[in-house]
Amino acid sequence: MQCNISQYQNVMMDFNQLPPSPLQSGRLLIKGGRVVNDDQSLYADVYIEDGLIKQVGENLSVPGGVKVIEANGRMVIPGGVDVNTCLMKPHLGAQPADGFLQGTRAALAGGTTMIIDHVSPEPGQSLLEAFECWQEAADKKACCDYSLHVDIPQWNETVKDELELLVQDKGINSFQVYMAYKDVYQLSDSELYEALSFLKQLGAVVLVHAENGDLVAQEQRKILRMGITGPEGHPLSRPEELEAEAVFRAITLGNRVNCPMYITKVMSKSAADTIAQARRKGSVVFGEAITASLVTDGSHYWSKNWAKAAAHVTSPPLSPDPTTPDHLNTLLACGDLQVVGSAHCAYSPSQKAIGREDFTLIPEGTNGVEERMGFVWDRAVAMGKMDENQFVAVTSTNAAKIFNLYPRKGRIAPGSDADVVIWDPDSSKTITAKLQQSTSEYNIFEGLECRGGPALVLSQGRVVYEEGELQAQQGAGQFIPRKHFPDYAYQRVKSRNQQGVTRGLYDGPVCDVVPTPKYITPSPSARTSPTSHQPQPIRNLHQSSFSLSGTQSDDYIPRRSGHRVVAPPGGRSNITSLG
Amino acid sequence: MMSGRRCSQEDDCCSLLSRLGSDSPRPRMKYGGMFCSVEGAFENKTLNFESFSPQTQRRRAARTQSQGPDGGGGGQTVVFPSGHTQESYDHLFISCVSPPVLPSINSVCFQGNRLIIKGGKIVNDDQSFYADVYVEDGTIKQIGEKLIVPSCVKMVDAYGQLVIPGGVDANTNLHTPQRGMHPADDFYQGTRAALSGGTTTIMDHVLVEPGTSLLTAFNQWRETADQKACCDFSLHLDITRWHEGLCEELETLIKDQGVNSFLFFMAYKDKYQSSDSQLYEAFGVLRDLGAIAQVHAENGDIIDEEQKKLLFLGITGPEGHVLSHPEEVETEAVYRAVTIAKQANCPLYVTKVMSKSAADVIAKARKKGIVVYGEPITASLATDGSHYWSKDWATAAAFVMSPPLNRDPSTPQYLTSLLACGDLQVTSSAQASFSTAQKAVGKDDFTLIPEGTNGIEERMSVVWDRAVTTGKMDENEFVAVTSTNASKLFNIYPRKGRIAVGSDADIVIWNPKETRTVSAKTHNLTVEVNILEGLELRGVASVVISGGQVVLEDGKLNVAKGSGHFIPRKGFPDAVYKRIRARSKMAEARGVPRGNYDGPVHDVISMTTSVPPTPTTRGTTCPKTQASLRNLHQSGFTLAGTQIDDHIPRRSAQKIVAPPGGRSNITSLS
Repeated sequence: MQCNISQYQNVMMDFNQLPPSPLQSGRLLIKGGRVVNDDQSLYADVYIEDGLIKQVGENLSVPGGVKVIEANGRMVIPGGVDVNTCLMKPHLGAQPADGFLQGTRAALAGGTTMIIDHVSPEPGQSLLEAFECWQEAADKKACCDYSLHVDIPQWNETVKDELELLVQDKGINSFQVYMAYKDVYQLSDSELYEALSFLKQLGAVVLVHAENGDLVAQEQRKILRMGITGPEGHPLSRPEELEAEAVFRAITLGNRVNCPMYITKVMSKSAADTIAQARRKGSVVFGEAITASLVTDGSHYWSKNWAKAAAHVTSPPLSPDPTTPDHLNTLLACGDLQVVGSAHCAYSPSQKAIGREDFTLIPEGTNGVEERMGFVWDRAVAMGKMDENQFVAVTSTNAAKIFNLYPRKGRIAPGSDADVVIWDPDSSKTITAKLQQSTSEYNIFEGLECRGGPALVLSQGRVVYEEGELQAQQGAGQFIPRKHFPDYAYQRVKSRNQQGVTRGLYDGPVCDVVPTPKYITPSPSARTSPTSHQPQPIRNLHQSSFSLSGTQSDDYIPRRSGHRVVAPPGGRSNITSLG
Repeated sequence: MMSGRRCSQEDDCCSLLSRLGSDSPRPRMKYGGMFCSVEGAFENKTLNFESFSPQTQRRRAARTQSQGPDGGGGGQTVVFPSGHTQESYDHLFISCVSPPVLPSINSVCFQGNRLIIKGGKIVNDDQSFYADVYVEDGTIKQIGEKLIVPSCVKMVDAYGQLVIPGGVDANTNLHTPQRGMHPADDFYQGTRAALSGGTTTIMDHVLVEPGTSLLTAFNQWRETADQKACCDFSLHLDITRWHEGLCEELETLIKDQGVNSFLFFMAYKDKYQSSDSQLYEAFGVLRDLGAIAQVHAENGDIIDEEQKKLLFLGITGPEGHVLSHPEEVETEAVYRAVTIAKQANCPLYVTKVMSKSAADVIAKARKKGIVVYGEPITASLATDGSHYWSKDWATAAAFVMSPPLNRDPSTPQYLTSLLACGDLQVTSSAQASFSTAQKAVGKDDFTLIPEGTNGIEERMSVVWDRAVTTGKMDENEFVAVTSTNASKLFNIYPRKGRIAVGSDADIVIWNPKETRTVSAKTHNLTVEVNILEGLELRGVASVVISGGQVVLEDGKLNVAKGSGHFIPRKGFPDAVYKRIRARSKMAEARGVPRGNYDGPVHDVISMTTSVPPTPTTRGTTCPKTQASLRNLHQSGFTLAGTQIDDHIPRRSAQKIVAPPGGRSNITSLS
């Protein structure tokens, strides 16, 4: 035990320079608990001061007059880290029912002490502005620590500068790209390739919403044409294959660019299997299951109750295959999936009803931030698939590592933040919308029984939840900046970088090209040809734009180097990029 | 026992023939003897050809007509005169029996039409048996022992050899121009080489340049091939730019012109590449018309980026080609193509499977029940990609093709194994040979090297050598992967790909014991480099009969330019579409009948205000191209993206949601 403590001491060094949280509730000692980290469990007391864990061990010498919390042999685990919430993502102008206040309250009530929310700028909107808007809102409202992912709705030059700024100055190291939402957020493969290359240079983790947007759009149209307008059209138009295909493509892109990929919302068996296989081949890819996909399935989309069916609408959709939750739990337990998020994005039934006549308009998102930890325990640990250490790993440690929060979050060690949960594996409750913290009127887990839950939650060293009583403080949550190049994701990537082509220029004999001019006919042969030989101007509009965009979006980098060379003063910039 | 019987057979036959009247000999099926153990088995396998193909009659009529004018090449159509010249026929027949005199066949005018192949072991994809084959008027008329045939037919001796259906090469590019250059081997040289290797039917790809009409391109190809091809041919169409307007042409092609397969490119960005939406739409149309979708599966977007990167790094040699077309990029595209085909419920045929992982994806998809077929090619079965690093530029460049040959040296073996177990179904050559001078267009930039390898001639031998002699495959499977499967998929079975009464007389006498060494000096193509140079291959076509004419015998090729016929292929091939049809019926998705939602509805009016005034979506800005300079950049981008991607989506989306004004973009936001 002693040696363990000295090991923790080392960790502590890094954190001494961190500023103490402004809101401290003084000193605390958690006695008689079993400290569970992702690697081991041990009986130890935990002493907390100034919002940080100061000591972990037996027979600690602590100042007198500290508040003592008796854990009575229950587990003391690091507070959960929920890396996927959307508490401010607008849909057609409607804000989710759960904002930062309600969302983080629900999180704390479920044992989650940190969330990472998605900043979702509209296409054309400045990422930086959106980020500031989100940060401002969260600073005012969030009850627990938070950090932010930024979604990249479109790819162009200005985005690059903003990304650089966000990574360097704002403490953002993860960005989401979309392979779905055609004509809105979707990026083409070329754009993805470029975005990935760029983000890799910045040392960011790329989150991917993996669904084949082209096909989804086609299927939606088909389904609507068939006259299916209810929520069942949602899973029908987004079948499992489209998810698996996009995951496969995302991983291929990640491999080519050598960039760590993080697949958000793994909802189907085949998508999860694709990730597992890629990891076996050595790809740096992480998969995130969400509360809903671990607990329930897509059969509810066919419910006669419209509100219930609509409440389940999320993308990718829940798989209608009832064995999916079990399979995902298994993969989570064996490490093929790494993280559990909640994808909490709760809209009220009236908001969902925007799409009552057209399922494509139903705002997407389910609840789950509050139930996340409990259900992982219920479905994986209580079932014997997972041990308590793996439970800690998937609910907090892995996420903290991937997003470079570790060991500040996701571990009980001296120096770490005092986000601690006393977990009661024996408690049992029935989920119902009536008793939840979230304000959404419909809970997709309604009526399910869940074993395991937090008995006490400490956030920043303060008791915020105890035996059903929530004492969260609005605005107490702090923004946690995250540095780029997280070791957990980038160490392997860095050493793989070396393998760039090292061979010299080709110096073998070169065949005589004399006959070539004879072969190159005047007919359009080069790539850009289709444009050049179209005679009619009207038809050209269609085609010229095609080639234009192709080159434009394709590559900025080679072009940019050209820029500098050409660089005549004045407004020629757009013409140079025309190529 | 068998050989004993066969020895006496010849004499039997002669005497029989001399005795019988020669017009309309009634085929005498003899039971017992060789077939006694499986009585009736043979007859079951002899397909009632007429019922399968109503077109046969028409075609045969056409054939006899067309043979009249060009008669010099292969002999006139002789309506066998009953009896009266019997004596002289007998003479000729006797002289024909002894091989040394055979070179004179061509001069013997009427003999080309009637043939008897004696003593060989007939190998079809389902069984092998010993029997003689009698051929008349370009079709197989009788199969069996002791056939009663007119006297004085040419006899081909097949003792100790296999009689197999002529090969069907489902992928050649004998006329497809690249960068304005036509391949060095055109329909004449290509089909000549095909025949010398035992392939009697080719399916060539018609590349339709973006913006040109499908029919025009088709007619152009057909005309060229009609003039030059020495063996029967059929055509696939390569669609390089999909749009709705093609539907009519497609229908014409499928219903009237006999084309039932269309290729789409997932590579060649900004040139031929189709987007996922386009593929989906096209697949849907093809399914309704009963055609097969083919794909060139590589992720063009990634390739494009990688090519730029490599050129930027200063790599300009042929090795850059492999480096820019990594295996994964092929695998990814195959996976995507399979997904799209599954969604559209359209049969998919993946051309040129070059890597292990791509083959695995196909195998897995088949295990899941998806209707997908994979085609490895001569090159991928025989060699690997190590040659791209050859110091000899010409050699390295000769290997350039897409997807490239894999660097993993175990790939050929692996693909052969999958071929043997049925996970891959068809072998083809992907023949597209460019001379070294033509390849040298890309001597300073690998992206300019014309893509394509030879393989049309070596295909059958490669499969025999790699798969059959190594024990991976038996002779029946050999026939299946070299001809029968392709014929079934593309709906020319049982006319091609089977030795049966009524089938075309495209027959190869295969000598499994002979070997030959591949060399550019001795091959029948015009290209200077043969990528299989020096390979010793066991298994050689010793006699090739195409359309009832002996075109290869004793190592001598005897072809007539333009003797090949176009083989029309009907839609809805049974081998493919039976399952598709059943699934279309099953796949009807049904909505849930519910009462109307009568709860509160969030006010959507706020939505309009929330739509940022900035040009948010890619779609909306396009219709009006603002003239302002800075916008030029952005409008161009958006314009293109949506325009190519989908024409219909926009239309139908408007129909459904349909508030006037710009709400369409928001609908897809969902």
